[in-house]
Amino acid sequence: MITQGVDLESGHVLIVATRKGLFFLQGGDDRSNWTLNEPMFLGHIINHAVLDPRDRKTLVASSSTGHLGPTILRSEDAGRTWQEAIRPPAFQKGPKGQVVSHTFWLTPGHPSEPGVWFAGTSPQALWTSEDDGATWRGMSGFNDHPDYESRTEDPQAGTPDGPVPHSILIDPRDAKHMYLGLSGGGVWESLDHGESWSPLNNGMATATGDPASDEMEIQPDSIEWLPIGPQHDPHHVVMHPANPDRLYQQNHCGIYRLDRPGDTWQRIGRNMPAEVGDIGFVMGVHPLDDQTCWVFPMDGTDVWPRTSPGGRPVVYCSRDGGLTWQCQNKGLPERGWFTVKRQAMAVDVGDPAGVYFGTTSGDVWGSMDSGNNWSNLVRGLPEIYAVEVASIR
Amino acid sequence: MKVFIPDALRSYTAQERCVSADGSTLDELLHDLDRRYPGIRFRMINEQDQMRPHVAFFVRGQKTRNIGESLHGADEVVIMQALSGG
Repeated sequence: MITQGVDLESGHVLIVATRKGLFFLQGGDDRSNWTLNEPMFLGHIINHAVLDPRDRKTLVASSSTGHLGPTILRSEDAGRTWQEAIRPPAFQKGPKGQVVSHTFWLTPGHPSEPGVWFAGTSPQALWTSEDDGATWRGMSGFNDHPDYESRTEDPQAGTPDGPVPHSILIDPRDAKHMYLGLSGGGVWESLDHGESWSPLNNGMATATGDPASDEMEIQPDSIEWLPIGPQHDPHHVVMHPANPDRLYQQNHCGIYRLDRPGDTWQRIGRNMPAEVGDIGFVMGVHPLDDQTCWVFPMDGTDVWPRTSPGGRPVVYCSRDGGLTWQCQNKGLPERGWFTVKRQAMAVDVGDPAGVYFGTTSGDVWGSMDSGNNWSNLVRGLPEIYAVEVASIR
Repeated sequence: MKVFIPDALRSYTAQERCVSADGSTLDELLHDLDRRYPGIRFRMINEQDQMRPHVAFFVRGQKTRNIGESLHGADEVVIMQALSGG
């Protein structure tokens, strides 16, 4: 399958996955003039698209349409030409009757394992490829575990658009050491390359409510806390690239930090202004400073509209690991009623770091000074599902 | 035999609207189609060998949901895909 290519030869590039196609925003070396490329795969649902940081030319994107089966698209020349996966993620035929709805998350493997990728699908399942996404096989240690049903969320309940695995994280010091987020289902850790997984949910508040409903309330203390299960709902987990022992998490129930080898999450979102709260989807971290992170708070009151509290879009930044938070809204619209989904914030490696987010109303916002000043980079895209930033050299 | 391909799947057939494939059943024909145009079958048939809900197959002018439908040499197979949604 060949479609229009793009030029990704230098500078910073935003890879924007949307409900109706894949877009590239090219920012040049100085990030001052952003140019939008023509859409690729227009009309296809692109949940995630990632440029391989190991070779800076392999691009892998998850694709589906409203009616056709899901697949994986891949490019070996930074998006100039594309091929479809020979064997995309697909369950074994059998009595469980599982059918992949869509691939939600993509993660390039460890630098010592070129060509290796990981993917998470809905229904919740993990997949790996050893050939840059051409063929995929299920990771049986997760997908076929005897406790699969109690660890994961029923596809017919809970998360809109299906329960998803996300935040597949690889420890840069050890290819076998991985983390995983399940929404719902909690945070999990593997020490054996994904063959076995252990829960890592201590300290996390849980959500409860009608499992058939979208709306779930934070569980009161009177209800027994359980270490596993779909009541745990991490929305986005990030491993700090310069300090892999530090994890940040935006959970359904709040903002958390975990410093390994500790195993109990600390709710750093308690330090957010009470009128804003600490509900949201995204979590961004500074590429070098493990004390600096960004969130985009969402309204978690009433029926959880998941728009900015009070309709006032604002990013919050902490520069001390979550002890204190600063409002960053200079340049953002005074009022706005959009959502920023869990994959839709990215931070580049510039100095100062650039921070970007995409909205469900199709706008991309960027700050080239670590969130102090924001400007709109593009308007009018389809609903944005994911934003990744790549620095091409 | 002739197989008519819907717009949404013509990226697999180099935009050909009508292609050839062989098989004594619809299932065999779709496997043969996939050999000729890799990946096309999975977009229509899921991993449990079930037709995806919004893809329709017509054999001898009649809609069928039976993937084992018998085919004969002169049959035409028309594949249609719903375009509902927004």
